[in-house]
Amino acid sequence: MMFLQSRILVPMAALAALGTSALAQANQSEGLAVHHAWSRETAAGQSVGGGFMTISNRGAAADRLLSGTSPVAAEVQLHTMTMDGGIMRMRRVEGGIAVPARGTLELKPGSYHIMFMGLTRQLRQGERFPVTLRFQRAGSVTVQVSVLPVTSSGSMDSGHAGH
Amino acid sequence: MQGTEQKAGRKGLARLRAGLWVAAGVSVLIALAVIYDRGHPPGDPASQYASAFGGPFVLTAPDGSSVTDKTLAGKPYAIFFGFTRCPDVCPTSLARMARLRKQLGPDGAKFNIVFVSVDPGHDKPADIGNYVALFGTPMIGLTGTEAQLAQIKKGYGVYSAKVPQPGGDYTIDHTAAIYLMTARGEFSGTIDAHEPDATALAKLKRLIG
Repeated sequence: MMFLQSRILVPMAALAALGTSALAQANQSEGLAVHHAWSRETAAGQSVGGGFMTISNRGAAADRLLSGTSPVAAEVQLHTMTMDGGIMRMRRVEGGIAVPARGTLELKPGSYHIMFMGLTRQLRQGERFPVTLRFQRAGSVTVQVSVLPVTSSGSMDSGHAGH
Repeated sequence: MQGTEQKAGRKGLARLRAGLWVAAGVSVLIALAVIYDRGHPPGDPASQYASAFGGPFVLTAPDGSSVTDKTLAGKPYAIFFGFTRCPDVCPTSLARMARLRKQLGPDGAKFNIVFVSVDPGHDKPADIGNYVALFGTPMIGLTGTEAQLAQIKKGYGVYSAKVPQPGGDYTIDHTAAIYLMTARGEFSGTIDAHEPDATALAKLKRLIG
């Protein structure tokens, strides 16, 4: 885990060279598996992007997604979105999001999601970038996020490690 | 005995339900009457509502030029209010409009898609141009001063409000409907985020038909 975390600190060029194999291993940790991590491409000058994924917990104990970091953003936040009488309301989630025991947490459009705040660069369709998520029990898990067209609403392609 | 009581209970519930429906109906009628009564001469209530909706506005295009209700007149349009930092409902709605336009084939060119950013503190006109360009179909991206936005939001009955977030940043709550406007700038209907594409497509066909 420490090894993988230190990896995201190396320059992007080295990261690209690293490929997906080593980081992919990190998708499974302490019974947690992260699938279909994706984000929408952003426009030049766009300062934030949303991130979506499925986090499965095969363990008997509930876990909690607490926070994250990514080299593409100044800050990674957890958000939720609700539709309330035709009005969209987005809120930052404090205190993390539960990943139920033997259950799944879906970060998806219209619901809980990750926000990459203060993007350090444009997210381009077809690329992948890492995000390291911190869980209460499982610790840090680094996931590759696939950048999909802005018109995407989900991912068949994915940041899933098992490919 | 118990059966009778249950039946009576159900009847009571049914009556209550009917009562609520009537109350809801009356509220709608009152609302319509209020809209109808805004100083318009008598006429068809539907068209009165249609012409009361929208109204004049002045906003700024990505190239810095002014776009008004008169600029848009002559071609129907679908207009949506949001902001570029909106993670989900905005890209989803705009992507949907792009998809529906494609499904209309050549008729897809018969209406404009307009995106109005209600976050002028963050979204500069050029940013909005870059943002709408992502969707792969021509879209008119607009914003304006707070006063200009207040005017168009009032005309379209759009709610938006800045909500401070922990850490000093803010997000924006906003109405997520897509408003359909005729070539004469009259209200034709809305496309709701949750309704099926087939319904939305039928509305667009009626709009451009």
